[in-house]
Amino acid sequence: MNSVIKGASYVLAHTPEMVINNGTTQTTERVVNPDSEYLKELRGHLRSYEDCVNYWPNQVYIGNAHPDELAKVEFPYYDKPKADSERYGKYGEIMPEAEFILLAQACDMFEVIELDKEFVAAHKDAFAADPVITEDIVAKVVEGVELSEVEHFVNDEHAEGLYFEGKLVGCVKRAHDIDSNLSAHVMHENIMSKASSVLALLYAVRNTGIDKEDVEYVIDCAEEACGDMNQRGGGNFAKAAAEVAGLMKATGSDSRGFCAGPAHALIEAAALVKSGAYKCVAVTAGGCTAKLGMNGKDHVKKGLPILEDCLAGFCVIIAENDGVSPEINLDILGRHTVGTGSAPQNVIGSLVADPLERVDMKITDIDKFSPEMQNPDITKPAGAGDVPLANYKMIAALAVKRGEIDKAAMKTFPEEHGLTGWAPTQGHIPSGVPYIGFAREDILEGKIRNAMIIGKGSLFLGRMTNLFDGVSFVIQANTGAEDNSGVSEEEVKGLIAKAMKDFAASMMAE
Amino acid sequence: MAILKDKKVVIIGDRDGVPGPAIEECVKTAGGDVIFSSTECFV
Repeated sequence: MNSVIKGASYVLAHTPEMVINNGTTQTTERVVNPDSEYLKELRGHLRSYEDCVNYWPNQVYIGNAHPDELAKVEFPYYDKPKADSERYGKYGEIMPEAEFILLAQACDMFEVIELDKEFVAAHKDAFAADPVITEDIVAKVVEGVELSEVEHFVNDEHAEGLYFEGKLVGCVKRAHDIDSNLSAHVMHENIMSKASSVLALLYAVRNTGIDKEDVEYVIDCAEEACGDMNQRGGGNFAKAAAEVAGLMKATGSDSRGFCAGPAHALIEAAALVKSGAYKCVAVTAGGCTAKLGMNGKDHVKKGLPILEDCLAGFCVIIAENDGVSPEINLDILGRHTVGTGSAPQNVIGSLVADPLERVDMKITDIDKFSPEMQNPDITKPAGAGDVPLANYKMIAALAVKRGEIDKAAMKTFPEEHGLTGWAPTQGHIPSGVPYIGFAREDILEGKIRNAMIIGKGSLFLGRMTNLFDGVSFVIQANTGAEDNSGVSEEEVKGLIAKAMKDFAASMMAE
Repeated sequence: MAILKDKKVVIIGDRDGVPGPAIEECVKTAGGDVIFSSTECFV
């Protein structure tokens, strides 16, 4: 039997100070053009926590509104705050920066994070009040040190500063004197990814109602690498995050594939559960500090706020078929192979049309497609266009070419089979997976029958190959009941009718 | 497509649009000389 989507979580951490200090657009600018207007103007374009919470796409991400509701909001979204917005949503939350820094320290197992003790004292109660933060996690936050000690590490020991509201409140120290793989920069990036993954895991357990001990395997599918100079990508963020989240019965491993990582990992998880190797697998990913403010120059130039001010995380729980939850159909897997080529037609063909053709389905038999779900509020002002819409146009064009829809129907295809993008541009985060939580509910409510999740990866960014990558899979309504019943009443009637017909035909012949 | 004949061409493709190698094939067919081609990810 197919494995099922037991539930999902989606979390954000509002980290405006990390935009300034850790986003690569900004760190690069400080090296190349330290006196630039952009750097001078940047702080004035940062959003307050309240503005970040009230932002429509963020409310959709954590589950307080459906993407269909976002589609009705007049574009652009940044100047139209959502009424009744909340920090907490049914899928997760938007954590403020101060609390997230404390969570990061709870995720630090090697005492590389030092926090100012006044900062810790000021925010520890708020951190402890978070509904998913357990006492054992709060207990991992240490009392803190004098600010002068933090300043010493930042000024003299190559530590990365941690800031809150423009002030130094802590630092991430290097974990080795000369190994660049354990530098303060790398440790900062990895701990923040781990912390956002932990938050996603905690919400996934809460949202699905399973016990923490039910999770047997965790797959991390983010885009960071951890290790030392002898094994730079040694990895296992998965087990490291599971430890903090308290998943004591879980082991795990990492799966990587740039933005396609989550789609690969979900297929692997579905196969692991279907094979019986593990009963319950959590696919998780934390966010990426490097991508904070990635399109900031264009946003500032056009007078917009910095919209890429959140680290994001997600987690999907895949479990044995419960006869109710939507399932992953492993018979319909799209795959961009080494030989597929890079022409858009070949790419969409391999990911969308080919897997459907193998099971005699048409493109229009899929109710919703979830490809790259980037928020167009972020990408359009930066000149990258509306990415989900571009994908839907390509899928529609292929459907026309295959004679499955008329050319005139191309216009309505994105609305009927697509979604408006809402996910932050955090690489792997928007890649197909943001819809899984909603897809589960839409299928259970009978709003749609199925959905195709498409992940695409830019392998050429690693300079190991010029190849592109992508995989896809289909989530469908649960068929467990049919599987269990053997032969249905309808089928028995059909068989009897056929036998009678054959008998009559043979009598006539005689 | 004579506009590209014997011209030197720099190609920047888009991961979510038309990738570099696909543009490259078209340019070659039109008689252009590709001196640089890459695909970028803008998201």
